Amino acid sequence: MPVLSILIALPFIGALIVSLLPRRRPEIVFPVALGVSLAPLAVVLYVLSEFPVGDPNIQFPEFHVVSETFGIAWQLGIDGISLFMVALTAILFPISIAASRSVTDKLKTYMVLLLLLEGAVLGVFLALDMIIFFAFFEIVLIPMYLLISMWGSENRRYASIKFVLFTATGSAFLLVGIVALAILAGDLVGTASSFNFAVMLQVPMSDTTQLWLFAAFGIAFAIKVPLFPFHTWLPDAHTEAPTAGSVILAGVLLKMGTYGLLRFNLMLFPDAVVDAAPVLGVLGVIGIVYGAAVAIVQPDVKRLIAYSSVSHMGFIVLGTFALTSQALEGALFLMISHGLTTGALFLLIGMIYERTHTRAIADYGGLAKVMPEYSGIFLFIIFASAGLPGLSGFVGEFMILIGTYLTMPVLAVIAGFGVILAAVYLLWAYERVFTGPTNPKLEGLKDLGFREIAIMVPLVVLIIGLGVYPKPVMERISPSVEIILERIEAETDYEVPTFGRAEDVAQVAEAGVGEGQG
Amino acid sequence: MTDLIWLVVALPLVGAVVNLLFGKRIGEPVAGWFAFGTVAAAFLVAVEPVLTLARNSAEPSTHYLFSWIPILGVDAELLWDPLAAVLTMVVTGVGALIHLYSIGYMKGDERFPRFFAYLNLFIASMMILVLAANYAVMFVGWELVGLSSYLLISFWFTKPSAAAAGKKAFVVNRIGDWGFLVALMLIFAAFGTFDFETVFATAEGTLSVGMATAITLLLFVGAAGKSAQIPLYVWLPDAMEGPTPVSALIHAATMVTAGVFMMARSAVLFEMAPVTGGIVATVGVATALLAAVIAIAQTDIKRVLAYSTISQLGYMVLAIGAGAYTAGIFHLTTHAFFKALLFLGAGSVIHAMSGEQDMRKMGGLRKKMPITFITMAAAWLAISGVFPFSGFWSKDEILIATFHNGGFWYILWAVGMFVALLTAFYMTRLIVLTFMGSPRWSEGVHPHESPSSMTIPLIVLAFFTTTAGVFNTPFRLVFENFLRSSFEHVAHITESEWALIVGLAALTLVLVFVGIVFAWRRYSTDELPLEEDGWWSRALAGFGVDDFYGRVIVAPGKQIANAASSADATVIDGIAHGVAEGVRSAGTGLRPAQSGNVRGYAAMIAVASVLLIVVMVAFGGGF
Repeated sequence: MPVLSILIALPFIGALIVSLLPRRRPEIVFPVALGVSLAPLAVVLYVLSEFPVGDPNIQFPEFHVVSETFGIAWQLGIDGISLFMVALTAILFPISIAASRSVTDKLKTYMVLLLLLEGAVLGVFLALDMIIFFAFFEIVLIPMYLLISMWGSENRRYASIKFVLFTATGSAFLLVGIVALAILAGDLVGTASSFNFAVMLQVPMSDTTQLWLFAAFGIAFAIKVPLFPFHTWLPDAHTEAPTAGSVILAGVLLKMGTYGLLRFNLMLFPDAVVDAAPVLGVLGVIGIVYGAAVAIVQPDVKRLIAYSSVSHMGFIVLGTFALTSQALEGALFLMISHGLTTGALFLLIGMIYERTHTRAIADYGGLAKVMPEYSGIFLFIIFASAGLPGLSGFVGEFMILIGTYLTMPVLAVIAGFGVILAAVYLLWAYERVFTGPTNPKLEGLKDLGFREIAIMVPLVVLIIGLGVYPKPVMERISPSVEIILERIEAETDYEVPTFGRAEDVAQVAEAGVGEGQG
Repeated sequence: MTDLIWLVVALPLVGAVVNLLFGKRIGEPVAGWFAFGTVAAAFLVAVEPVLTLARNSAEPSTHYLFSWIPILGVDAELLWDPLAAVLTMVVTGVGALIHLYSIGYMKGDERFPRFFAYLNLFIASMMILVLAANYAVMFVGWELVGLSSYLLISFWFTKPSAAAAGKKAFVVNRIGDWGFLVALMLIFAAFGTFDFETVFATAEGTLSVGMATAITLLLFVGAAGKSAQIPLYVWLPDAMEGPTPVSALIHAATMVTAGVFMMARSAVLFEMAPVTGGIVATVGVATALLAAVIAIAQTDIKRVLAYSTISQLGYMVLAIGAGAYTAGIFHLTTHAFFKALLFLGAGSVIHAMSGEQDMRKMGGLRKKMPITFITMAAAWLAISGVFPFSGFWSKDEILIATFHNGGFWYILWAVGMFVALLTAFYMTRLIVLTFMGSPRWSEGVHPHESPSSMTIPLIVLAFFTTTAGVFNTPFRLVFENFLRSSFEHVAHITESEWALIVGLAALTLVLVFVGIVFAWRRYSTDELPLEEDGWWSRALAGFGVDDFYGRVIVAPGKQIANAASSADATVIDGIAHGVAEGVRSAGTGLRPAQSGNVRGYAAMIAVASVLLIVVMVAFGGGF
């Protein structure tokens, strides 16, 4: 059964169903949209249950030739790198839809766009043919652009165009890079071109070619991440987007960038990776510290969280290019965790915005007295975001820091400051919004209702679950990460330092256990 | 029962979760009794394993729970050894008493169940820290006690000062945590594991002296945050914004000693780095001195005790630096009793005085609150170091060990002796101002003795405060023998001359006597001495260290952040706008027929292609 094709198709079918709903019955749009968005989640749960542990191979592969001459195929597959990105997508979309209860204006279009967006995002994470990947990568832009520009707040036009222009600029480089690589791959198999990722992996390239193709891919993904200094579109897009837009943007869309770096840049251009790693590491660390510092003084809650994303995404890029098992797994893990925590923060901000229609920190004060449950959940998410051990954020950051120290010690030590700054910007914001005497304008606000709590519960449970027992995720990620490092070690003279590989750690643990018994 | 040691963590954790989710429905006072029950049960569960340890010549055991982060080789695993056992007894024992006390103290508070949820969360976190079998799990507990501390300091969050104090505590602690975190990076790079067993067993052959020094200094940065040492002590006086039982439990008896515990746990590494030892001891003594001097001038009863805690922690840190780990842990234990007692006593006084914390408005309370007075008097004698109260033995041991190291350590010893005098002085001042003389109460204050749920913990603590010294007198080294296996690689056999021990002890007692007499004569007068001008006001304000940090770190930090923020809008976003403008005109030049965004997009592809091809050809790429 073409499970993955079905998975991608389901949101598109859902979008079709929603668009065909009778105009006379606007009240059924919301439940139907929510219902159809659960279908992909069901398929993902099936995929998760079937996904083998310890197997680095592509699972559920599909291959249907589209064009023999140009080497294009409808080629899908899932491995440890994409598995949890797909899961994150399937979880965050129903939640975002459930959080959009208060949208009344053109609700049907809104839901259709969200579902189209979900289908496209799933396509990005599942495609193994580069042109199919690129197509989905671009399709994502359209519904997101429309969501911001039609349902955003005051400055939405500027923000949505900025979002499109930045991303499209990157995409231009990406397209050129993909085509160039496809032509080289075509030479290899005797066709005009080949967009098959597996074939591209076989292409012999000089160091210079690698470096420039690496740059072409890298710029596109770096803008998407966004990596310093390509990040300025993000605060605007986040601030103006409607709640669901912000959640999806932070939770899933940014991950397309880090996913691209991890899967394509690391795998396709090993020599360039080794050469460029310090540069990307430095940019990552700048993002961590700079994003956090700028976040401290933001007067707008959404902008604050946007800059905190810049900081967190810097951690992920740093981990990606530290080239050790720990840092790479940590980067992947932090991608999941950041999707949950930052998604949750934007959901919470959306809930209060619906009540007060302001995002300015100065308009709040003493909210905890009025909305105790809301503030309790908010504080929980803040600590998850600040990397408190026992919650998911810590696991990723910790692995990244420990793993990065092995190859880039100075950067790891500086990145550690990000941990201090995160406490500063998050707790200071919490202090100003929630504590002290209650701002009279906030009196009488209603605390969270059943639907709102129901939206938050799955996220809270996942954040705790992944923080306390991350192993089920790790053991599925790990094999895919190991083959990336194996490939880099095989293709270049780079060697992962001692203790930087999973097998080294296992060895030490084994020796330690023996000693303990003796 | 040793296999059930995980219950010591699990029981209070269950209490926390239950009170967090259902506290409102459970209500007062059942929520409090339930929370107390979980901690008392945790204490009882631990008693049998402690006795087993004592019987079986203290054979440590590890208890595997589950695999946590496989790629770092980190398991959720507990280590049960004498060092952990001592801390377990202190934390759950004193913790249970303070839970009991809080049922009376927090009576009528709107968020009564929430308070006990946080208190339980603290005990569970602290036990994770104490029982951890590796540095990573220890770090988990380390951060979680920071969380509980934050939640409890800012418990009365509608008071802006309480909210600010909670944040300050967490942020300052995080600065220390950075050191701990970097130490963890170094440890993993050196050993490939965080496991105590492996790290300590192989440290000798693995670490160079330089690396050991780096690791231990970084660990000390972490300890300086949690255990409130110079320069990171500033959060602790502010932490008094929390309810008084919190000050007693977290900011006196247990959490603040976590840094001392962590360094004692790492004794093997500290032994390899003598330079660190000197630095640690010097910072400890300096902290003890500074905090004692500031304590003298405080007028708020809780702030005296807060600075006193910082000062006593300085002694413990000195002990670690001097390599006298047992003495450090011994003082940690006795201090837990007498300082918890002092805080709970102060709480009882504040309770009776309708919230008044200014000692200048107290006086003459001995008759109204006899139990509080007598128990606090025991703690006063103990912390002052009067024979035969517990503090005498533990403080003396630290000073003797310091003296024993000779050379440069004589200076540290001398300062430590002077601090003993200061301690006796400021504690006598506290007792006299509060309980002796005639009343100076504000109108409408009618002091009364506290209810028995509050006085029983005082009495129990007073018993240990008085007698805990017997555990480790030079005559009967029960404590030292018990802890031996925890410190077996680093055993300092201090075989001092009897004459020396007695002589030094006598000298301490003379100094303590001088301090007490001076203070007694100065403050038991009808007219209080005027302590407002010059030196006194500067000391009262902690010599302006907070202001200094505000000017030198916080304000410039905000300026930098603001500058970065505006640079982000003007420079970085400006460049992006410039590029967009440039491309738009290039696009217009290339394809004048088209319009809109599509045009820009096409132009970008064109520009990118040309760039890429040109570069590849120019550099002779693989085409």
